[in-house]
Amino acid sequence: MQLIVGVDGSDYGLRALEESLERAQELGGGVTVALYTDGQEGLDEIESLVSEELSAYEMDVEIVRLEDQPGSQLIELAEREGFDRIVLPGGRRSPLGKINLSNTIEFVLLNAQTTVTLVR
Amino acid sequence: MTLRYPDEPLEDLPTPPFGFSDGDGRSIEIRQATDECIEPLIEMYLEFDSEDRAQGIPPSGEEPIRKWLNIVTEDKSLNVIAWDGDEAVGHAMLVADEDESYELAIFVIQSHQNAGIGTELLRTVLGEGQSQGINRVWLSVERWNKPAIAVYEKLGFERMDNTSFEIQMTVRLGYD
Repeated sequence: MQLIVGVDGSDYGLRALEESLERAQELGGGVTVALYTDGQEGLDEIESLVSEELSAYEMDVEIVRLEDQPGSQLIELAEREGFDRIVLPGGRRSPLGKINLSNTIEFVLLNAQTTVTLVR
Repeated sequence: MTLRYPDEPLEDLPTPPFGFSDGDGRSIEIRQATDECIEPLIEMYLEFDSEDRAQGIPPSGEEPIRKWLNIVTEDKSLNVIAWDGDEAVGHAMLVADEDESYELAIFVIQSHQNAGIGTELLRTVLGEGQSQGINRVWLSVERWNKPAIAVYEKLGFERMDNTSFEIQMTVRLGYD
């Protein structure tokens, strides 16, 4: 099972990463991390959070950065390299707790031919 | 959150306590929430029909509901409740964001829907917002939820963004 996991700066971004790593450890297979942002956080900031999380796992994980149009880049990458599944953060919570899906998540959900998992 | 707001504020709205007779003849009173209101609110949300959930709230189950109510009743936020006797039947809230704007949400229990309670709750929570000097209020609503959007528009909310699953709407209560 080859997973590509999109990680943004949201809480659910790190949850998506953790879930993917756990899944890959159980089932075997690899994880590729695609960093993107559609919030306030910069890619460097997100990458350092990701590195910290990865240090708890003994896994060889490739990290790619998606700079603009991350949704379409993610889909292309998943199709080109034959990933079995795209894993994404399950949105962001507003101040009063409503889930909002970013344009990136919506784009991937509507356009991917790969199965997509949203993690909460 | 970089949202645009209408130039002109709403006219003066009622403040709680505010009583009225609903469309089904029940006598309803809207009051500001106090700490003692948490348990009746939990009762209300435990009965809530999942088809009326919006973007993941209210959550289901007592513990998640309690945790969520803790978030929305923190110090800077403003909560009003519609009562039918001693039963909480509606809840509207304004929760501060990092931008000195406030996010709005409202829920009315199924047994008391379509009787005008939602509209009065909205008018009253916004009226209380006005009296506390809140100027900018926003909300998000799923774009297929036409009845809710119609209520918000009638009150003076304007659509500011339509590019996602959710529509963002804003209203101005006072000048900045």
